[in-house]
Amino acid sequence: MKPPPIIEVRGLHKRFGSLEVLKGIDLRVEEGEVVCVIGPSGSGKSTLLRCVNRLEEATSGSILIEGEDITDRDADVDALRTKIGMVFQHFNLFPHLSVHDNLTIAQRRVLKRSRSEADRIAAEMLRRVGLSDKIDEYPERLSGGQKQRVAIARALAMDPDMMLFDEPTSSLDPELVGEVLDVMRKLAKEGMTMMVVTHEMGFALEVADRVVFMDDGVVIEQGPPARVLKDPETSRARRFLRMVVER
Amino acid sequence: MTKRQKSHLIRMGQYLLIVVAAVSAVLFADWDRIARIFFNVEIMRDMLPEAITVGVWNTVIYTLGAFTLGFVAALFLALMRLSPVAPYRWLATVYIEFFRSIPALITILVVAFGIPIAFGARVPGGILGTGSVGLGIVAAAYMAETMRAGIEAVPLGQAEAARSVGMTSGQAMAFIILPQAFRIIIPPLTNELVLLLKDTSLLFVIGTTPLTKELTKFARDFMALTANATPLTVAAILYLLITLPLTFLVRRLEKTAGKGRRSVTDRATA
Repeated sequence: MKPPPIIEVRGLHKRFGSLEVLKGIDLRVEEGEVVCVIGPSGSGKSTLLRCVNRLEEATSGSILIEGEDITDRDADVDALRTKIGMVFQHFNLFPHLSVHDNLTIAQRRVLKRSRSEADRIAAEMLRRVGLSDKIDEYPERLSGGQKQRVAIARALAMDPDMMLFDEPTSSLDPELVGEVLDVMRKLAKEGMTMMVVTHEMGFALEVADRVVFMDDGVVIEQGPPARVLKDPETSRARRFLRMVVER
Repeated sequence: MTKRQKSHLIRMGQYLLIVVAAVSAVLFADWDRIARIFFNVEIMRDMLPEAITVGVWNTVIYTLGAFTLGFVAALFLALMRLSPVAPYRWLATVYIEFFRSIPALITILVVAFGIPIAFGARVPGGILGTGSVGLGIVAAAYMAETMRAGIEAVPLGQAEAARSVGMTSGQAMAFIILPQAFRIIIPPLTNELVLLLKDTSLLFVIGTTPLTKELTKFARDFMALTANATPLTVAAILYLLITLPLTFLVRRLEKTAGKGRRSVTDRATA
């Protein structure tokens, strides 16, 4: 029997007041799969991602994380969230804590790991993102690219089963985008399940197993990156991609 | 006449006026009399050391007692104000608006005399306890609003990041939001400490005894005794000696806090 998908979104609707942002999303992400979600701004892709770890409450529909419904009122959301790493557009590092403490605080307080174990994992995760020498720095002393790599390490330190990326390179200066994408590329190669909201079409083409094109709160089309990005079926996707490429 | 010359002339006129006022004050004032009534060295000497061992000491005790009580209560009130539970929000709002809207003197009198009459029990800690509680109740209302503003000034992304690594809302508040909020509110909180220190002068109404009176009451009693205003000068100087360093500290904290925030945004765009 096939294992359940890591993430399964069923008939998801999200409404902010009278504005319906998500109008019935169905989506599955299998273990080890890298799914890039693209689409024009306001299409609901970030909202979809934020619903997956319940930073936004779904209006209706359900989202199963490894078979468990995170939208359920009785779900242990905090426990489920430790399985879901999240990387934000604006990094959201904890500015009052050193890089080391950014990586260990949740390990210690949430996972109840010992100090030595948390220290060991923090050091290992920093090495993975190539920032071992920054362990005692404070976030404000890091470049944007370094901050985002620390944020990725912070999420990885919780040993998550999947990672969500919400436009991880959108607030970076162009010359700093590459180092973050390199880390994400490595992560994908190591088999991490990833759901990435991005405008980096080159990254999606190269790394994604599947590209999901969203517009106006619905999934317009999805499939292998080469097909969706090079030869989209719908005129809406064609129009969007033409504008992105021309830029 | 150009615009520049005109404003120059006006400025000169203002300076002249100030100089004339100062000179005439110096010329026409009765300096002997002023020295005798406000700066009587003998009376100053008589006031020591009790002005410090009793007056300043008790003022500091009342201030710290009220500040500690107010701080703890304000933290609860601020968290209640921001609570998703509506009745908590209402309770906190009623408390804050009520005690900010009535004179502190009334609150102090109620604590000192109303509560003993109504409940047949006094506030523990004697007069020092009563004074601290009375002032602390009022201080809590003001500090709660400062704390709420500080908590709200921490970007929403911080709470989201904390929750996304599995922290409960309480853990996110304790380890991520509050430490940042406190950094933001240290300057306004220090201002409130200064205000509180000065408000201890209201405590004469609860009938402070020779051992529990604060600095202003101490000075007034001494003034009555000597029929001379020098005790007020001494009290003012002693207040200044406590508050001015605090005020300087706040200014420095405000500067460094501003600098820190600026450098963060600089680097984000760098």
